[in-house]
Amino acid sequence: MRINMETKKTSLNNLHQRNQAKFVEFAGYEMPIQYSKGIIEEHKFTRKHSGIFDVSHMGQLFIYGGENLTIELEKIFPLDLKNLKQNSSKYSFLMNEEAGIYDDLIITKIEEGYLIILNAACKENDFQILSKLLGGNFKMILENERALVALQGPRSVEILNSVLSGVEKLNFMTGKWIDFKNQRLFVTRSGYTGEDGFEISILNNFAEEFTQKLIDKGAQLIGLGARDTLRLEAGLCLYGHELDINKTPIEANLKWAISKERLSNGGFVGSEKIMNQIQGGTSQIRVGIKPEGRLIAREKTKIFKETDKQIGEITSGTFGPSINGPIAMGYVDKEFSKIDTKILLEVRGKKYPANICELPFYKKNYVKGVN
Amino acid sequence: MSEVKFSKEHEWISLEGDVATIGITKHATEMLGDIVFVELPEKGSNVEKDGTAGVVESTKAASDVYTPLSGEVMDTNQAIVDDPSKINEDPEGSAWFFKLKIKDNSELDSLMNREEYEKFSKENSS
Repeated sequence: MRINMETKKTSLNNLHQRNQAKFVEFAGYEMPIQYSKGIIEEHKFTRKHSGIFDVSHMGQLFIYGGENLTIELEKIFPLDLKNLKQNSSKYSFLMNEEAGIYDDLIITKIEEGYLIILNAACKENDFQILSKLLGGNFKMILENERALVALQGPRSVEILNSVLSGVEKLNFMTGKWIDFKNQRLFVTRSGYTGEDGFEISILNNFAEEFTQKLIDKGAQLIGLGARDTLRLEAGLCLYGHELDINKTPIEANLKWAISKERLSNGGFVGSEKIMNQIQGGTSQIRVGIKPEGRLIAREKTKIFKETDKQIGEITSGTFGPSINGPIAMGYVDKEFSKIDTKILLEVRGKKYPANICELPFYKKNYVKGVN
Repeated sequence: MSEVKFSKEHEWISLEGDVATIGITKHATEMLGDIVFVELPEKGSNVEKDGTAGVVESTKAASDVYTPLSGEVMDTNQAIVDDPSKINEDPEGSAWFFKLKIKDNSELDSLMNREEYEKFSKENSS
Protein backbone atom coordinates (compact mmCIF):
# COMPACT_ATOMS: atom_id res chain seq x y z
CA MET A 1 0.00 0.00 0.00
CA ARG A 2 0.97 3.60 -0.39
CA ILE A 3 0.16 5.97 2.44
CA ASN A 4 -0.31 9.54 1.41
CA MET A 5 0.29 11.95 4.28
CA GLU A 6 0.50 15.04 2.13
CA THR A 7 -1.81 17.91 2.91
CA LYS A 8 -4.32 18.59 0.19
CA LYS A 9 -4.39 21.89 -1.63
CA THR A 10 -7.43 23.68 -3.00
CA SER A 11 -7.52 25.02 -6.54
CA LEU A 12 -6.92 28.51 -5.14
CA ASN A 13 -3.62 27.62 -3.44
CA ASN A 14 -1.46 29.53 -5.96
CA LEU A 15 -3.69 32.57 -5.61
CA HIS A 16 -3.29 32.44 -1.83
CA GLN A 17 0.48 32.23 -2.17
CA ARG A 18 0.61 35.20 -4.52
CA ASN A 19 -1.37 37.15 -1.92
CA GLN A 20 1.12 36.43 0.91
CA ALA A 21 -1.09 33.97 2.74
CA LYS A 22 0.14 32.40 5.95
CA PHE A 23 -0.95 28.78 5.83
CA VAL A 24 -2.16 26.31 8.45
CA GLU A 25 -3.25 22.73 8.11
CA PHE A 26 -6.98 22.44 8.58
CA ALA A 27 -8.83 19.13 8.20
CA GLY A 28 -6.01 17.80 6.01
CA TYR A 29 -5.89 20.86 3.76
CA GLU A 30 -3.33 23.62 3.51
CA MET A 31 -5.51 26.66 4.11
CA PRO A 32 -4.80 30.39 4.55
CA ILE A 33 -5.13 31.49 8.18
CA GLN A 34 -4.53 35.11 7.20
CA TYR A 35 -2.96 37.32 4.55
CA SER A 36 -0.58 40.25 4.96
CA LYS A 37 -3.02 42.67 6.63
CA GLY A 38 -3.87 40.43 9.55
CA ILE A 39 -7.01 39.07 11.14
CA ILE A 40 -8.45 42.31 12.55
CA GLU A 41 -8.15 44.25 9.27
CA GLU A 42 -9.56 41.30 7.33
CA HIS A 43 -12.47 40.99 9.75
CA LYS A 44 -13.32 44.69 9.55
CA PHE A 45 -12.99 44.73 5.77
CA THR A 46 -15.55 41.93 5.51
CA ARG A 47 -18.03 43.80 7.75
CA LYS A 48 -17.64 47.03 5.79
CA HIS A 49 -16.90 45.88 2.25
CA SER A 50 -16.61 42.37 0.80
CA GLY A 51 -14.38 39.45 1.75
CA ILE A 52 -13.54 36.34 -0.30
CA PHE A 53 -13.16 33.04 1.55
CA ASP A 54 -11.81 29.86 -0.01
CA VAL A 55 -14.02 27.18 1.51
CA SER A 56 -13.20 24.55 -1.10
CA HIS A 57 -12.18 22.15 1.66
CA MET A 58 -15.84 21.81 2.63
CA GLY A 59 -17.82 18.91 1.23
CA GLN A 60 -20.21 19.42 -1.66
CA LEU A 61 -22.40 16.36 -1.71
CA PHE A 62 -24.83 16.00 -4.59
CA ILE A 63 -27.54 13.37 -4.11
CA TYR A 64 -29.66 12.67 -7.16
CA GLY A 65 -33.28 11.62 -6.96
CA GLY A 66 -36.91 12.69 -6.95
CA GLU A 67 -39.78 12.30 -4.49
CA ASN A 68 -38.45 8.99 -3.20
CA LEU A 69 -35.24 10.70 -2.19
CA THR A 70 -37.20 13.40 -0.35
CA ILE A 71 -39.05 10.69 1.58
CA GLU A 72 -35.80 8.93 2.49
CA LEU A 73 -34.03 12.15 3.52
CA GLU A 74 -36.93 13.05 5.81
CA LYS A 75 -36.12 9.87 7.73
CA ILE A 76 -32.65 11.33 8.33
CA PHE A 77 -33.00 15.09 8.68
CA PRO A 78 -35.41 16.97 11.00
CA LEU A 79 -36.73 19.00 8.08
CA ASP A 80 -39.98 19.39 6.20
CA LEU A 81 -38.34 18.62 2.86
CA LYS A 82 -41.66 17.83 1.12
CA ASN A 83 -42.66 21.45 1.46
CA LEU A 84 -39.21 22.89 0.83
CA LYS A 85 -39.27 24.84 -2.41
CA GLN A 86 -36.79 24.01 -5.13
CA ASN A 87 -33.66 26.20 -4.76
CA SER A 88 -34.33 26.85 -1.05
CA SER A 89 -31.76 25.97 1.62
CA LYS A 90 -32.05 24.88 5.24
CA TYR A 91 -29.53 24.58 8.06
CA SER A 92 -29.65 21.11 9.59
CA PHE A 93 -27.75 18.25 11.25
CA LEU A 94 -26.75 14.70 10.61
CA MET A 95 -27.41 12.91 13.92
CA ASN A 96 -27.14 9.49 15.51
CA GLU A 97 -30.03 7.77 17.32
CA GLU A 98 -29.12 9.64 20.51
CA ALA A 99 -29.40 12.94 18.59
CA GLY A 100 -25.62 13.41 18.89
CA ILE A 101 -24.40 15.55 16.03
CA TYR A 102 -22.15 13.97 13.37
CA ASP A 103 -22.12 17.23 11.45
CA ASP A 104 -24.02 20.44 10.85
CA LEU A 105 -24.80 21.28 7.26
CA ILE A 106 -26.74 23.29 4.71
CA ILE A 107 -29.07 21.36 2.45
CA THR A 108 -30.53 22.85 -0.72
CA LYS A 109 -33.25 21.32 -2.85
CA ILE A 110 -32.11 21.46 -6.47
CA GLU A 111 -33.66 20.33 -9.72
CA GLU A 112 -31.70 17.07 -9.73
CA GLY A 113 -32.12 16.27 -6.05
CA TYR A 114 -30.23 17.82 -3.15
CA LEU A 115 -26.92 19.59 -2.58
CA ILE A 116 -25.54 19.28 0.95
CA ILE A 117 -22.60 21.39 2.16
CA LEU A 118 -20.61 19.54 4.84
CA ASN A 119 -17.73 20.38 7.15
CA ALA A 120 -14.31 19.47 5.79
CA ALA A 121 -13.31 17.30 8.74
CA CYS A 122 -16.62 15.39 8.69
CA LYS A 123 -17.39 14.99 5.00
CA GLU A 124 -15.94 11.51 4.41
CA ASN A 125 -17.66 10.11 7.49
CA ASP A 126 -20.93 11.86 6.58
CA PHE A 127 -20.75 10.26 3.14
CA GLN A 128 -20.39 6.80 4.68
CA ILE A 129 -23.26 7.35 7.08
CA LEU A 130 -25.59 8.75 4.43
CA SER A 131 -24.68 5.99 1.96
CA LYS A 132 -25.63 3.42 4.55
CA LEU A 133 -28.85 5.16 5.55
CA LEU A 134 -29.92 5.59 1.91
CA GLY A 135 -29.06 1.97 1.16
CA GLY A 136 -27.29 2.64 -2.14
CA ASN A 137 -30.56 3.53 -3.84
CA PHE A 138 -29.50 7.00 -4.95
CA LYS A 139 -26.52 8.31 -6.85
CA MET A 140 -24.29 10.29 -4.47
CA ILE A 141 -21.29 12.36 -5.49
CA LEU A 142 -18.96 13.99 -2.98
CA GLU A 143 -17.47 16.51 -5.39
CA ASN A 144 -13.75 16.92 -5.75
CA GLU A 145 -13.88 18.76 -9.04
CA ARG A 146 -15.57 21.86 -7.70
CA ALA A 147 -14.17 24.66 -5.60
CA LEU A 148 -16.37 26.60 -3.16
CA VAL A 149 -15.85 30.34 -2.81
CA ALA A 150 -17.74 32.49 -0.29
CA LEU A 151 -18.17 36.22 -0.80
CA GLN A 152 -19.32 37.97 2.38
CA GLY A 153 -20.12 41.54 3.39
CA PRO A 154 -22.38 44.42 2.40
CA ARG A 155 -20.71 45.12 -0.96
CA SER A 156 -20.79 41.47 -2.04
CA VAL A 157 -24.09 41.72 -3.90
CA GLU A 158 -22.93 44.54 -6.14
CA ILE A 159 -19.53 42.91 -6.77
CA LEU A 160 -20.91 39.46 -7.56
CA ASN A 161 -23.75 40.87 -9.65
CA SER A 162 -21.23 42.62 -11.89
CA VAL A 163 -19.66 39.21 -12.62
CA LEU A 164 -22.77 37.02 -12.45
CA SER A 165 -25.76 39.08 -13.40
CA GLY A 166 -28.95 38.20 -11.54
CA VAL A 167 -27.61 37.14 -8.14
CA GLU A 168 -29.12 40.29 -6.61
CA LYS A 169 -32.52 38.64 -7.02
CA LEU A 170 -31.69 35.75 -4.70
CA ASN A 171 -33.16 35.83 -1.19
CA PHE A 172 -31.08 34.72 1.78
CA MET A 173 -31.00 30.90 2.02
CA THR A 174 -31.91 30.34 -1.61
CA GLY A 175 -29.71 29.41 -4.55
CA LYS A 176 -29.66 28.58 -8.24
CA TRP A 177 -27.54 27.43 -11.18
CA ILE A 178 -26.04 30.33 -13.12
CA ASP A 179 -24.14 30.12 -16.42
CA PHE A 180 -20.58 31.43 -16.50
CA LYS A 181 -18.38 30.89 -19.58
CA ASN A 182 -20.06 27.76 -20.87
CA GLN A 183 -20.30 26.10 -17.48
CA ARG A 184 -22.71 26.12 -14.59
CA LEU A 185 -22.05 27.62 -11.19
CA PHE A 186 -24.30 26.90 -8.24
CA VAL A 187 -24.75 30.12 -6.28
CA THR A 188 -26.49 30.37 -2.91
CA ARG A 189 -27.13 33.50 -0.91
CA SER A 190 -25.78 32.36 2.43
CA GLY A 191 -22.72 32.49 4.62
CA TYR A 192 -21.03 32.15 7.94
CA THR A 193 -20.15 35.70 8.95
CA GLY A 194 -23.43 37.34 9.95
CA GLU A 195 -23.28 39.39 6.75
CA ASP A 196 -25.15 39.28 3.50
CA GLY A 197 -23.22 37.16 1.03
CA PHE A 198 -22.96 34.26 -1.36
CA GLU A 199 -21.33 30.88 -1.77
CA ILE A 200 -20.32 29.91 -5.28
CA SER A 201 -19.63 26.33 -6.39
CA ILE A 202 -17.38 26.38 -9.45
CA LEU A 203 -15.22 23.88 -11.35
CA ASN A 204 -11.63 23.84 -10.06
CA ASN A 205 -10.21 24.88 -13.45
CA PHE A 206 -12.15 28.13 -13.42
CA ALA A 207 -11.94 28.96 -9.72
CA GLU A 208 -8.79 31.08 -9.78
CA GLU A 209 -9.85 33.16 -12.78
CA PHE A 210 -13.28 33.71 -11.22
CA THR A 211 -11.86 34.67 -7.82
CA GLN A 212 -9.37 37.05 -9.43
CA LYS A 213 -12.33 38.81 -11.06
CA LEU A 214 -13.86 39.36 -7.62
CA ILE A 215 -10.54 40.78 -6.41
CA ASP A 216 -10.37 43.08 -9.45
CA LYS A 217 -13.84 44.39 -8.52
CA GLY A 218 -12.62 45.34 -5.03
CA ALA A 219 -13.19 42.28 -2.85
CA GLN A 220 -10.26 40.98 -0.78
CA LEU A 221 -9.10 37.53 0.26
CA ILE A 222 -9.85 36.70 3.92
CA GLY A 223 -8.31 33.84 5.91
CA LEU A 224 -9.70 31.29 8.33
CA GLY A 225 -8.63 33.45 11.29
CA ALA A 226 -11.12 36.19 10.46
CA ARG A 227 -13.70 33.60 9.39
CA ASP A 228 -13.61 32.39 13.00
CA THR A 229 -13.93 35.84 14.62
CA LEU A 230 -16.72 36.77 12.18
CA ARG A 231 -18.77 33.62 12.86
CA LEU A 232 -18.28 33.91 16.59
CA GLU A 233 -19.51 37.52 16.62
CA ALA A 234 -22.52 36.27 14.64
CA GLY A 235 -23.14 33.61 17.33
CA LEU A 236 -22.74 30.76 14.82
CA CYS A 237 -21.59 27.31 15.90
CA LEU A 238 -18.38 25.66 14.74
CA TYR A 239 -18.33 21.89 14.51
CA GLY A 240 -15.78 20.36 16.89
CA HIS A 241 -16.28 23.29 19.28
CA GLU A 242 -19.95 24.10 19.98
CA LEU A 243 -21.14 20.92 18.27
CA ASP A 244 -19.97 17.32 18.44
CA ILE A 245 -21.21 13.75 18.74
CA ASN A 246 -21.91 14.21 22.48
CA LYS A 247 -24.17 17.24 22.01
CA THR A 248 -27.69 17.47 20.65
CA PRO A 249 -29.32 20.31 18.70
CA ILE A 250 -31.52 21.05 21.73
CA GLU A 251 -28.50 21.37 24.05
CA ALA A 252 -26.88 23.55 21.37
CA ASN A 253 -29.92 25.86 21.53
CA LEU A 254 -30.65 25.20 17.86
CA LYS A 255 -34.26 24.04 18.22
CA TRP A 256 -35.20 26.71 15.65
CA ALA A 257 -33.48 24.62 12.97
CA ILE A 258 -35.86 21.69 13.49
CA SER A 259 -38.99 22.02 11.36
CA LYS A 260 -42.13 22.39 13.50
CA GLU A 261 -43.94 19.98 11.18
CA ARG A 262 -41.47 17.28 12.18
CA LEU A 263 -41.66 17.82 15.93
CA SER A 264 -45.17 16.39 16.27
CA ASN A 265 -44.60 13.12 14.42
CA GLY A 266 -40.87 12.52 14.62
CA GLY A 267 -39.67 9.73 12.38
CA PHE A 268 -36.16 11.03 11.80
CA VAL A 269 -32.92 9.68 13.25
CA GLY A 270 -32.65 10.97 16.81
CA SER A 271 -36.26 12.22 16.98
CA GLU A 272 -37.10 10.41 20.20
CA LYS A 273 -34.24 11.99 22.09
CA ILE A 274 -35.04 15.39 20.61
CA MET A 275 -38.68 15.20 21.73
CA ASN A 276 -37.69 13.98 25.18
CA GLN A 277 -35.33 16.90 25.57
CA ILE A 278 -37.89 19.42 24.34
CA GLN A 279 -40.35 18.15 26.95
CA GLY A 280 -38.00 17.35 29.80
CA GLY A 281 -35.29 19.92 29.18
CA THR A 282 -31.54 19.42 29.08
CA SER A 283 -29.05 19.72 31.89
CA GLN A 284 -26.78 22.08 29.95
CA ILE A 285 -27.34 24.58 27.16
CA ARG A 286 -25.22 26.71 24.82
CA VAL A 287 -25.00 30.40 25.75
CA GLY A 288 -23.18 33.58 24.78
CA ILE A 289 -20.59 34.84 27.27
CA LYS A 290 -19.09 38.29 27.58
CA PRO A 291 -16.02 38.57 29.84
CA GLU A 292 -15.75 41.88 31.70
CA GLY A 293 -12.74 43.96 30.68
CA ARG A 294 -10.44 42.75 27.94
CA LEU A 295 -9.61 39.26 29.16
CA ILE A 296 -9.89 36.54 26.52
CA ALA A 297 -11.24 33.21 27.71
CA ARG A 298 -10.49 30.54 25.15
CA GLU A 299 -11.85 27.07 24.46
CA LYS A 300 -11.88 24.72 27.50
CA THR A 301 -11.91 27.60 30.00
CA LYS A 302 -13.84 26.43 33.05
CA ILE A 303 -16.94 28.38 34.03
CA PHE A 304 -17.84 28.83 37.72
CA LYS A 305 -20.70 30.23 39.74
CA GLU A 306 -19.32 31.82 42.90
CA THR A 307 -15.87 30.40 43.51
CA ASP A 308 -15.91 26.67 43.69
CA LYS A 309 -18.94 25.45 41.79
CA GLN A 310 -18.07 24.60 38.18
CA ILE A 311 -21.13 25.06 35.99
CA GLY A 312 -19.72 24.67 32.49
CA GLU A 313 -16.98 25.19 29.94
CA ILE A 314 -16.20 27.54 27.09
CA THR A 315 -16.26 26.06 23.58
CA SER A 316 -14.99 29.10 21.60
CA GLY A 317 -13.50 32.36 22.82
CA THR A 318 -11.73 35.16 21.05
CA PHE A 319 -11.43 38.90 20.60
CA GLY A 320 -14.31 40.30 18.54
CA PRO A 321 -12.89 43.06 16.33
CA SER A 322 -16.31 44.64 15.58
CA ILE A 323 -17.35 44.38 19.24
CA ASN A 324 -13.89 45.65 20.23
CA GLY A 325 -13.80 43.26 23.13
CA PRO A 326 -13.64 39.62 24.15
CA ILE A 327 -16.52 37.26 23.32
CA ALA A 328 -17.17 33.58 23.89
CA MET A 329 -19.69 30.79 23.66
CA GLY A 330 -19.98 27.78 25.91
CA TYR A 331 -22.22 25.36 27.73
CA VAL A 332 -23.55 26.01 31.25
CA ASP A 333 -25.98 24.25 33.56
CA LYS A 334 -29.47 25.32 32.53
CA GLU A 335 -30.26 27.09 35.82
CA PHE A 336 -27.40 29.54 35.15
CA SER A 337 -28.18 30.18 31.48
CA LYS A 338 -30.39 33.28 31.90
CA ILE A 339 -29.19 36.48 30.22
CA ASP A 340 -27.17 38.69 32.63
CA THR A 341 -26.29 35.85 34.99
CA LYS A 342 -22.94 36.66 36.57
CA ILE A 343 -20.35 33.92 36.19
CA LEU A 344 -16.61 33.47 36.73
CA LEU A 345 -14.05 32.25 34.19
CA GLU A 346 -10.87 30.53 35.30
CA VAL A 347 -7.96 31.77 33.18
CA ARG A 348 -4.35 30.96 34.09
CA GLY A 349 -5.40 29.94 37.59
CA LYS A 350 -7.35 33.09 38.43
CA LYS A 351 -11.10 33.70 38.26
CA TYR A 352 -12.45 36.65 36.31
CA PRO A 353 -16.04 38.00 36.12
CA ALA A 354 -18.19 37.55 33.02
CA ASN A 355 -21.87 37.64 32.07
CA ILE A 356 -24.19 35.37 30.16
CA CYS A 357 -25.39 37.42 27.23
CA GLU A 358 -27.66 37.34 24.22
CA LEU A 359 -26.53 35.94 20.89
CA PRO A 360 -25.52 37.11 18.38
CA PHE A 361 -22.91 39.57 19.62
CA TYR A 362 -23.11 41.27 16.27
CA LYS A 363 -26.52 41.84 14.68
CA LYS A 364 -26.94 40.59 11.16
CA ASN A 365 -28.90 42.03 8.27
CA TYR A 366 -29.83 39.26 5.88
CA VAL A 367 -31.65 40.06 2.66
CA LYS A 368 -35.25 38.90 2.47
CA GLY A 369 -38.07 39.63 0.08
CA VAL A 370 -36.08 40.90 -2.91
CA ASN A 371 -37.81 38.31 -5.03
CA MET B 1 21.74 56.49 24.37
CA SER B 2 21.75 53.24 26.22
CA GLU B 3 22.40 50.09 24.24
CA VAL B 4 19.44 47.81 23.56
CA LYS B 5 19.90 44.11 24.29
CA PHE B 6 17.77 41.13 23.29
CA SER B 7 16.76 37.79 24.78
CA LYS B 8 16.07 34.46 23.09
CA GLU B 9 12.42 34.78 24.18
CA HIS B 10 12.11 37.85 21.94
CA GLU B 11 12.22 40.54 24.63
CA TRP B 12 14.23 43.72 24.25
CA ILE B 13 15.99 45.35 27.22
CA SER B 14 17.11 48.94 27.42
CA LEU B 15 19.30 49.73 30.42
CA GLU B 16 19.72 53.11 32.12
CA GLY B 17 21.72 52.92 35.35
CA ASP B 18 20.23 49.97 37.21
CA VAL B 19 16.76 50.33 35.64
CA ALA B 20 15.92 48.09 32.70
CA THR B 21 12.97 48.85 30.39
CA ILE B 22 11.63 45.65 28.85
CA GLY B 23 9.30 45.00 25.94
CA ILE B 24 8.77 42.48 23.14
CA THR B 25 10.49 42.74 19.76
CA LYS B 26 9.01 43.71 16.41
CA HIS B 27 9.88 40.24 15.19
CA ALA B 28 7.75 38.78 18.03
CA THR B 29 4.76 40.96 17.18
CA GLU B 30 5.01 39.92 13.53
CA MET B 31 4.83 36.28 14.56
CA LEU B 32 1.98 36.88 17.03
CA GLY B 33 -0.26 38.92 14.75
CA ASP B 34 -2.78 41.43 16.13
CA ILE B 35 -2.37 41.74 19.89
CA VAL B 36 -5.67 42.13 21.73
CA PHE B 37 -4.86 41.56 25.40
CA VAL B 38 -1.88 42.06 27.68
CA GLU B 39 -1.28 41.30 31.33
CA LEU B 40 1.69 42.84 33.13
CA PRO B 41 3.41 42.04 36.44
CA GLU B 42 2.33 43.99 39.52
CA LYS B 43 4.21 47.10 40.47
CA GLY B 44 6.42 46.40 43.46
CA SER B 45 6.56 42.66 42.83
CA ASN B 46 9.81 40.78 42.38
CA VAL B 47 10.44 38.76 39.25
CA GLU B 48 13.12 36.15 38.62
CA LYS B 49 15.17 35.79 35.43
CA ASP B 50 13.41 33.49 32.92
CA GLY B 51 10.20 33.49 35.00
CA THR B 52 6.87 34.56 33.55
CA ALA B 53 6.14 38.25 33.86
CA GLY B 54 2.96 38.68 31.89
CA VAL B 55 0.83 37.40 29.06
CA VAL B 56 0.23 38.59 25.53
CA GLU B 57 -2.79 37.39 23.61
CA SER B 58 -3.13 37.84 19.90
CA THR B 59 -6.13 36.94 17.79
CA LYS B 60 -4.46 33.53 17.41
CA ALA B 61 -3.19 32.46 20.83
CA ALA B 62 -1.96 33.33 24.31
CA SER B 63 1.80 33.59 24.89
CA ASP B 64 3.73 34.08 28.12
CA VAL B 65 6.11 36.98 28.49
CA TYR B 66 9.35 36.07 30.28
CA THR B 67 11.61 38.44 32.10
CA PRO B 68 15.21 38.15 30.90
CA LEU B 69 16.46 39.73 34.16
CA SER B 70 15.66 39.49 37.88
CA GLY B 71 14.53 42.51 39.83
CA GLU B 72 11.77 44.62 41.32
CA VAL B 73 9.02 45.93 39.05
CA MET B 74 9.27 49.74 39.28
CA ASP B 75 6.64 50.65 36.69
CA THR B 76 4.29 49.12 34.12
CA ASN B 77 2.86 50.58 30.93
CA GLN B 78 -0.89 51.08 31.48
CA ALA B 79 -1.27 52.50 27.95
CA ILE B 80 -0.73 49.06 26.35
CA VAL B 81 -3.16 47.43 28.78
CA ASP B 82 -5.83 49.94 27.76
CA ASP B 83 -5.03 49.61 24.06
CA PRO B 84 -3.02 46.47 23.23
CA SER B 85 -2.92 47.34 19.50
CA LYS B 86 -0.21 49.89 20.44
CA ILE B 87 2.15 46.93 20.81
CA ASN B 88 1.81 46.12 17.11
CA GLU B 89 2.26 49.78 16.20
CA ASP B 90 5.41 50.59 18.15
CA PRO B 91 6.75 47.46 19.85
CA GLU B 92 10.30 48.66 20.41
CA GLY B 93 9.37 52.22 21.42
CA SER B 94 6.34 53.58 23.27
CA ALA B 95 4.87 50.09 23.83
CA TRP B 96 7.33 48.98 26.51
CA PHE B 97 5.96 46.48 29.04
CA PHE B 98 7.63 47.09 32.41
CA LYS B 99 10.65 48.66 34.12
CA LEU B 100 12.82 46.66 36.48
CA LYS B 101 15.29 47.69 39.11
CA ILE B 102 17.84 44.99 38.35
CA LYS B 103 19.57 42.91 40.97
CA ASP B 104 22.43 41.21 39.24
CA ASN B 105 24.43 42.84 36.46
CA SER B 106 25.97 39.52 35.44
CA GLU B 107 22.59 38.44 34.07
CA LEU B 108 23.17 40.93 31.26
CA ASP B 109 26.01 38.80 29.93
CA SER B 110 23.71 36.20 28.38
CA LEU B 111 21.79 38.79 26.32
CA MET B 112 22.38 39.46 22.61
CA ASN B 113 23.09 42.67 20.76
CA ARG B 114 20.88 43.65 17.81
CA GLU B 115 23.03 41.98 15.20
CA GLU B 116 23.15 38.72 17.13
CA TYR B 117 19.41 38.83 17.78
CA GLU B 118 18.57 39.43 14.13
CA LYS B 119 20.68 36.45 13.15
CA PHE B 120 19.07 34.39 15.92
CA SER B 121 15.49 35.29 14.98
CA LYS B 122 16.12 34.62 11.29
CA GLU B 123 17.46 31.16 12.11
CA ASN B 124 14.63 30.39 14.52
CA SER B 125 11.61 31.59 12.62
CA SER B 126 9.77 29.06 10.56
